[in-house]
Amino acid sequence: MNKLFIVLFQTYFNRLKSKPFLITTLITILFIFLITNLPSIIDSFDNDEVDRVGVIGSDSYYSLLEQQLDLMESDIEITPYEGSEEEAQKDIDEGEIDSYLILESTPEKEPQGIFKAETVAEQKTPQVLQSALQQIKSSIAAEEAGVTQEQLLKIDQPVKFEKVALEKGAKTEDELDQARVFVYVLLFVIYFSVIFYGNMVAVEVAAEKSSRVMEILISSVSPVKQMFGKILGVALLGLTQYAVIFLCGYVFLQFKDDDSAASGFLSFLDFSNLSPSLIIYAVMFFVLGYLLYATILAMVGSLVSRAEEVQQVILPVQFLIIIAFFIAMFGLSTPSATIITVTSYVPFFTPVVMFLRIGMLSVPFWEIALSLVLLIGTTVFFAVLGAKVYRGGVLMYGKSSSIKDIGKALKLSSKDK
Amino acid sequence: MLRLDNVTKRFGAFTAVDHLNLSIPENEVFGLLGGNGAGKTTTFRMLLRLIDQTDGTITWKGNDISYNKSHLIGYLPEERGLYPKMKVKEQLIYLGKLRGMKKEVIEVETRKWLERFGVPENADKKVEDLSKGNQQKIQFIAAVIHKPELLILDEPFSGLDPVNVELLKDAVLDLKEKGTTILFSSHRMEHVEELCEHLCILHRGKPVVNGNLKEIKQSYGKKNLIVNVDFDLGFVKNIPGVVRIKSGVNHSIIQIENEAVSQEVLSELLNKGFVRHFALEEPSLNDIFIEKVGASYE
Repeated sequence: MNKLFIVLFQTYFNRLKSKPFLITTLITILFIFLITNLPSIIDSFDNDEVDRVGVIGSDSYYSLLEQQLDLMESDIEITPYEGSEEEAQKDIDEGEIDSYLILESTPEKEPQGIFKAETVAEQKTPQVLQSALQQIKSSIAAEEAGVTQEQLLKIDQPVKFEKVALEKGAKTEDELDQARVFVYVLLFVIYFSVIFYGNMVAVEVAAEKSSRVMEILISSVSPVKQMFGKILGVALLGLTQYAVIFLCGYVFLQFKDDDSAASGFLSFLDFSNLSPSLIIYAVMFFVLGYLLYATILAMVGSLVSRAEEVQQVILPVQFLIIIAFFIAMFGLSTPSATIITVTSYVPFFTPVVMFLRIGMLSVPFWEIALSLVLLIGTTVFFAVLGAKVYRGGVLMYGKSSSIKDIGKALKLSSKDK
Repeated sequence: MLRLDNVTKRFGAFTAVDHLNLSIPENEVFGLLGGNGAGKTTTFRMLLRLIDQTDGTITWKGNDISYNKSHLIGYLPEERGLYPKMKVKEQLIYLGKLRGMKKEVIEVETRKWLERFGVPENADKKVEDLSKGNQQKIQFIAAVIHKPELLILDEPFSGLDPVNVELLKDAVLDLKEKGTTILFSSHRMEHVEELCEHLCILHRGKPVVNGNLKEIKQSYGKKNLIVNVDFDLGFVKNIPGVVRIKSGVNHSIIQIENEAVSQEVLSELLNKGFVRHFALEEPSLNDIFIEKVGASYE
């Protein structure tokens, strides 16, 4: 078996069996379970809770309000309250009612209300009551002006407005909405992968170096193979973790009770309108982006002498992906801004920013090809440089660990000077 | 034969190894000596292709050494290190595989070696739970488990108690019997005298002594006199040919230029008083080392 694969599988299985990995995977699955079932979970907490509101005064509006709340299918139960405010307050203390509403008529014969409860942190009940009163007020005002119900409905109806893209090949609105979500999801996936798995590569390298096992390793396998075995092993681990998580998400969605609220909430996860080419680009940019960052992180990981120092050398690299992330976030609403176009060619940003452009606009193929060439070229450059730095870096032990050490490491791995 | 021809390694302005020529015969134990920073580890790293030499050639049996020969070479680095969290067996399986071995063979060999070192129960323990001496045994096993033709041991006995030193020494001699060529470094001269036929003393990257141990001692010329007398030895310093006197509790050592001087010293001592003990001995490697290396520190 090729030694690259020995390193690869060793890295893979060693991490796969480790407790932190199993725990993070489990937590993520739990999180996905919660997300997919969020509406039903919230419903199950809410259902049995009915808000009892005592209404003081203005009998004339009471029946209108009751009708309106019925129409709105709200959970609020109102009862006419005969006593004074003091008595109502006492009843709240004793738990007879949750809150009370003082309903009055203004001089203009319109309803007005004062809502009182122990706290007003809970917004739902007063909001429902307010909008119910608003409806009543509108219909009274309309009646006075001689407007019929039908006319009122017509006034309230929203205007029809449709967006059509004229440019040939431009995305339709449906496609754009789906693409936006897809790009958004992938942005997080790339961001998370670089932060999490990229760091894992750096930490692995630094751990082998600080435990001094590195010198035995690189006396039996070339540093280049060792480095790429590591990078690919962690990549395989990441893919396994994503596969498990997506599979679980899919299964949860299938078994979820299909009530209207929940499926409405998750309807954005429908990617049926996505073009296959966008998915291919997604995979391509994901893989290339990971490779570029993992190579750089393996390189800087080889410079530190102690595992605790990893964080300080990977920070500058992390900043790059954080910047890329923010540019892309900005670009989601303005994908054709100049800064987006320009940064989509910067190899460190290409994986997210160019992918965003492809998802949201119709980018000419040559532009995609150019950014890919730049990205691959940079990755190859860092692979070659990284392998050299790695070779020298793993033999270097010293106090300082900074980017300046790259030069020293290169010297050590070269023939002289 | 392992040959180094004119091997030089420079780090910037600093020359770590300077035109080193070595021929190490097969099936032998060769000692590479030197003080700290003499260039021993750099030489080993060049042999292993961990770093490239600035100049010169290194060949094993007439061929360049490269990574596709790594199954023929075993290496025990000076800085010991293993995966602290991994079990001994898993660790040796991984390292053995990297040297081109099959898993089943590694398991058999691991058991054999652990039994030989009297620690078979360590196979399923984590390395961090072992004592330093036992970790070093595992490290040694990792270096020899694939039966290398060429074995490089950088300070193999440092940090070990005398019992474990003997254990490891026996293992080294055993491997030599089985045909392994062993190159090792040490600054413990008695180990070198015990194990090596040939040796090289490096000083600041240059070989100051190089060759067969016996010949080196003979050609060194200077001899030691071990004497035990009832009077003060101070006056001996004035006898021509006496290099120095090292006084001890039971006996003193007088270093002399050559054998001939010994007779003159003896007659002077007899004139002076009662002589309990008088012996002429070969110089120790320690003497040679200190003179060759220590002298140029002054």
